[in-house]
Amino acid sequence: MKLAYWPGCVSRGFTPELHGAMAAVAPKLGLELVELDRANCCGAGFISEHNQELADTLNARTFALAQGVDGAAGMVNICSTCQGAQSECQERLDADAAYRAHINEHLEPEGLEYERGGAWWNKNLLWLLVEEIGLDALRERVVRPLEGLRVGPFYGCYIVRPTRRLGYELYPDRDKYLEWVIEACGAAPVKYAGSHKCCGFPIVTTNRETSLRQAGRHMADALDAGADCVVTPCPLCHLNLDLQQPESQAFVERDLGIPVLHLPQLIGLALGLDFKELGLHRHVVKTDEVQAKVAALAAA
Amino acid sequence: MPDYSLKIRRYNPESGQPAYWQQFDVDLAGCSCQAAICGSCGVRINGMSRLACNTKLGEAAEDAPNGAIVVEPMGNMPVLKDLIVDMDAVHWKKVQRVVPWLLPEGDPPDREYIVDPESMIDITQSMACIHCGACVSACLSMEVDPEFIGPAALAKAYRFVGDPRDAFTEDRLLDLAEDPHGIYDCTHCFACIEVCPKDVAPMNQIMRLRRRATSDYGIKDGNNGYGHEKAFSDLIEKYGLLSEAQLLPKSYGDGSLIRAQVKPAALKELTAKLPTVIRGLRSGKVSPKTALIHRKLKDQDQIRRMYKEVESHEDRLELNLYIVGDSDAEEEGTMAEGGQEG
Ligand code: SF4
Ligand code: SF4
Ligand code: SF4
Ligand code: SF4
Ligand code: FES
Repeated sequence: MKLAYWPGCVSRGFTPELHGAMAAVAPKLGLELVELDRANCCGAGFISEHNQELADTLNARTFALAQGVDGAAGMVNICSTCQGAQSECQERLDADAAYRAHINEHLEPEGLEYERGGAWWNKNLLWLLVEEIGLDALRERVVRPLEGLRVGPFYGCYIVRPTRRLGYELYPDRDKYLEWVIEACGAAPVKYAGSHKCCGFPIVTTNRETSLRQAGRHMADALDAGADCVVTPCPLCHLNLDLQQPESQAFVERDLGIPVLHLPQLIGLALGLDFKELGLHRHVVKTDEVQAKVAALAAA
Repeated sequence: MPDYSLKIRRYNPESGQPAYWQQFDVDLAGCSCQAAICGSCGVRINGMSRLACNTKLGEAAEDAPNGAIVVEPMGNMPVLKDLIVDMDAVHWKKVQRVVPWLLPEGDPPDREYIVDPESMIDITQSMACIHCGACVSACLSMEVDPEFIGPAALAKAYRFVGDPRDAFTEDRLLDLAEDPHGIYDCTHCFACIEVCPKDVAPMNQIMRLRRRATSDYGIKDGNNGYGHEKAFSDLIEKYGLLSEAQLLPKSYGDGSLIRAQVKPAALKELTAKLPTVIRGLRSGKVSPKTALIHRKLKDQDQIRRMYKEVESHEDRLELNLYIVGDSDAEEEGTMAEGGQEG
């Protein structure tokens, strides 16, 4: 399957292991990714907070570039926040022809135009896995079922709310896909209170205490529920859950130390890729125990 | 008439006993307005904050774990008894906090105030609130910070900030921006939007408050909301992609790298943050190059042109779907498969 690929900026900045893992996993899943290297940041909600028209223009440009990729089935992203921020803009662009025409005027000098509707879509890897690739196809490709690995799903707000904007009418189970994918990888999904809550990232610079209390509490809940690690389709969540974990410990007054995997890393493990290639050594919270568990499986 | 099982969380503070679950089998339930108007029936059903009166039993039964619909009192507020929470202690107190009445300039006119109907459109969404408290119950910032002013009260604040008759717009914004539990304490989690039965979209009203505070009044708050937003937007204008390493110092200096170095408060915050960046370097997560040198997007001049074009006109263009509706949707009758329905 050929796809226009929007990696987002965080995956190429602070979470390079995500970008690398996706590159390693894609061919194993039969995906041909055409990276949109001329596209710009989605704005992560901050640009639309500043200027909605600007955010809509920037994302319309990304969509137009993606629509221009010859033979692509659609556009894929690897960031819950990109999905949410882009869906928000797309919702407005799709809702009103006059508005869309106005925004398209900003793109005209480059000969770009965003066209609404048809069969074109923009999906996060998580949605792509279930809806386009299919869980059966994924299962068939699993060479190392992650038996015994207990994984806590962490979705990120932007991919679960608001349901009306995010296509839940058509796909009502999108808030269960992570559990399904974890199972398809042979691992066991762990239920805990924070799986669909907010990691606190958006306010880490404006209210550190509220932000890190959220992050810390969810990781503590996952630990208490017996998770070996957490998996997330959102690199921004990853920043607050992994990079900030040594600090969020202080706000929940306990030790944490629970590894947080990116979605393509978990899949890569099940597809038999090696730890280095998946960037598992590039985390703040060490992933050694997860690696040891998986290595033991391979040996068995 | 089908039978439904309801699993209800009961609690009586006078009994001295902890809360307990009790299961009832019913075939009909109803009280109060039953029309999503009075706002008195907020509860959590299967974990979701919502109005009991506009929840269909059949649909709730489908989502019910183990066949019984789980009914609990709303969250983030103390339980008075069974399903009744203390709205006064939380919700109404917070609404009071934002001065929820009009503060016009000077003496009232002899007859009514005359306003241009157009100018009121912007606040109709925030006026639709029925004070049911569902958003307060679901708020994820309030869950960890009970002092957060919260979605309902901040939506109400926008109702007055956006009212052309009010004379204290800037003071209101300053107050809400400076409060550490004000507009910059909202974690942008969409929970309030998801649960609100009246489509008030409290989070969107909070974003409007931020937009007015930063862009219209240039309020440089002590919580760094102004700096963060400005830094983010400036970096993307300049580079097209975001670099967190530069975002931190920039956002602590009102959007300027230089100011971050001279403003004492900013400096303190920034040094508190440095361990994070250093940790990123040490874990091999980030190379010094990515941390310090910003990648520049190809075609960045195009981004800059778009910024200029959009920001050069005075009027801010906002498309509020609550007001305009999804005018295009019916015309084609199909939605993109990604499902961006309005
Ligand atoms: S959400 Fe993040 S990673 Fe995705 S484009 Fe926006 S800022 Fe970049
Ligand atoms: S959990 Fe936080 S960072 Fe992740 S998507 Fe939600 S708001 Fe964003
Ligand atoms: S978006 Fe903000 S106000 Fe709304 S529920 Fe989340 S934290 Fe609370
Ligand atoms: S904003 Fe919506 S959810 Fe919140 S109190 Fe008002 S009507 Fe209820
Ligand atoms: S009974 Fe009045 S809002 Fe539900």
